[in-house]
Amino acid sequence: MRKVLFAAIAALFCVAGSTAVLAEDPLKVGFVYIGPVGDHGWTYQHNEGRLAVEQAFGDKVQTTFVEFVPEGQDAERVIRQLAVDGHNLIFTTSFGYMNPTIKVAKNFPDVRFEHCSGYKRADNVSTYLARFYEGRYVIGRIAGAVTKSNTVGYIASFPIPEVVRGINAFTLGLRSVNPDAKVKVVWVSTWFDPGKEGDAAKALIDQGADILVQHTDSPAPLQVAEERGVHAFGQASDMAAFGPNAHLSAIVNNWGPYYVARTQAVMDGTWESGDVWDGIADDMIVMAEFNPNSLPADVIADAEATVEGIRSGAIHPFAGPIMDQEGNEVVAAGENLSDGDLLGMGYYVMGVDGSIPN
Amino acid sequence: MAAITTIELVLLTVISAATPLLLAATGELVVERSGVLNLGVEGMMLVGAVSAFIVMLTTGSWALGIVAGAAAGVIMSMLFGVLTLFFLANQVASGLALTLFGIGVSSLLGIPFIGLPIDKLPALDLPLLGDIPILGPLIFGQDFLIYFSVLMIVVVHWFLFRTRSGLILRAVGESHDAAHSIGYSVIKIRFLAVMFGGAMAGLGGAFLSLSYTPMWVEQMTAGRGWIALALVVFATWKPGRVLIGAYLFGSVTILQLHLQGLGVQLPAQILSMLPYLVTILVLVLISRNAARVKLSAPGCLGQIFHPHS
Repeated sequence: MRKVLFAAIAALFCVAGSTAVLAEDPLKVGFVYIGPVGDHGWTYQHNEGRLAVEQAFGDKVQTTFVEFVPEGQDAERVIRQLAVDGHNLIFTTSFGYMNPTIKVAKNFPDVRFEHCSGYKRADNVSTYLARFYEGRYVIGRIAGAVTKSNTVGYIASFPIPEVVRGINAFTLGLRSVNPDAKVKVVWVSTWFDPGKEGDAAKALIDQGADILVQHTDSPAPLQVAEERGVHAFGQASDMAAFGPNAHLSAIVNNWGPYYVARTQAVMDGTWESGDVWDGIADDMIVMAEFNPNSLPADVIADAEATVEGIRSGAIHPFAGPIMDQEGNEVVAAGENLSDGDLLGMGYYVMGVDGSIPN
Repeated sequence: MAAITTIELVLLTVISAATPLLLAATGELVVERSGVLNLGVEGMMLVGAVSAFIVMLTTGSWALGIVAGAAAGVIMSMLFGVLTLFFLANQVASGLALTLFGIGVSSLLGIPFIGLPIDKLPALDLPLLGDIPILGPLIFGQDFLIYFSVLMIVVVHWFLFRTRSGLILRAVGESHDAAHSIGYSVIKIRFLAVMFGGAMAGLGGAFLSLSYTPMWVEQMTAGRGWIALALVVFATWKPGRVLIGAYLFGSVTILQLHLQGLGVQLPAQILSMLPYLVTILVLVLISRNAARVKLSAPGCLGQIFHPHS
């Protein structure tokens, strides 16, 4: 079984490798994905970034991707294989690829590595992540203006700081326009299970939520929202097709500009290791269209103003005063929560129902 | 009244959560009763789901979509049948390979269809009856596949325990040598059972992509094929218990989500483990011979049949 698998993987790389001979000495850029490119969410958006690189450089680049790579030992093998095959720049796009990336990078000092969402760096390993929470603050303000039941349903994946930060940013946005509104969170313990996400959506609607937000990857909750006549926001990519009336907007992960810039830097010989955490200001986070059929003009205007405010720095989603659930002040008026505190966030702000599962 | 409406909505969700499991598990039950263990349910469901979706989207016909889902499942299962019954390949390995193959094929076929929405499989419109308060929408407001899934439990039970053909199928599963020696074609009977299993798994997939979450995304089964496999053992190879098991599992999943929304914290992971725990328990029990007979595990389950030995 192991041998067969190995042969299959080897064959795969032969196919990937054979196409490389055609172009004249292009820069080879590799991508490692956790999910299928067809997930219509996280991996799909990374792949859009890869396509942007191809579009920008044409024959001058040669891109390769390997999808469905489990985190851990397999990841190391795949990353190493890409490096051996002569890739000059390799993007590894899931948190669990952190250690394998660092390990392989040690053996290939001339290859540049870009790891998404990690915190370990090296001379030839950069890290990058998007400030998704900025987008969540914007949709929070929209939800606050639109909700009639003052209850928002939030479908969450796993209780990690990234997800908790999203819930809090959303809640702060929500209550900045509607202090009576509250957020009900349901944890589904998966990033991707359309059926379960849809069921969670139904449960939340049955309990009075008239707006749904999700931090899982499939468009199922949006579809349920459309069917039940409530509103929802897309995740990671524009999901309007699944609920033309329900879809109010979506936070779109826009990796293209960063991938193009980093590829250019390798070509120019200016690439340096660094840590990037970009958001709306750098277009790494883009808002999908604010649905003009479902949103009043003044709400759209406010959402656009919020986006501009975040872009200019006038608005910080985690600006004080911020209270936790017990009413203790965690951020004083006039202060903003630091990036360090944001990265390790492990509590709910006031306005979120329930408690974080451990 | 509000409480009743909520309960009704919860029950509706439970029914749709249970149906894909029920369809696939019913098929696998018949396959295992004939002595074959097909671990490829997940792969067959995926190919069924993508085929049903593609055909529905291109022809606009629900009926053709459903038929395509079943047909795709049958084709997948025939691959497995040929490998294990004619070439005597190991059933466990072939089944696992079938799942891996199904994941790949469904992803490939589905590439042009990602992100295209369709309407939901409509409920069969039963005038009058559907208007009965509470019970109406629950019992008379469902779509074809939901009725079909329950009907098939009755049919399979009747077939296995009330017909001569069913008796022969069970005999083949209990002792293929004995069945062979009195003149029954073990291979033919098993092949037909495997095809039935494929059709039902394909329908389970079709239910996912046409009704439960009407769309195509890669790997949308998200492990339901494995749960269906577990349910067959959980049910100790009895159709009625498959029905109970599927609905029990559906209820646990849905109730857990509702309880969270109400602020009750339950360890979700433990609840999701439940069907597998029971499966392991049953597997441990049947490793004792006496219990094996009592729990009605087919005697030749997973064993290769050599026709001339």
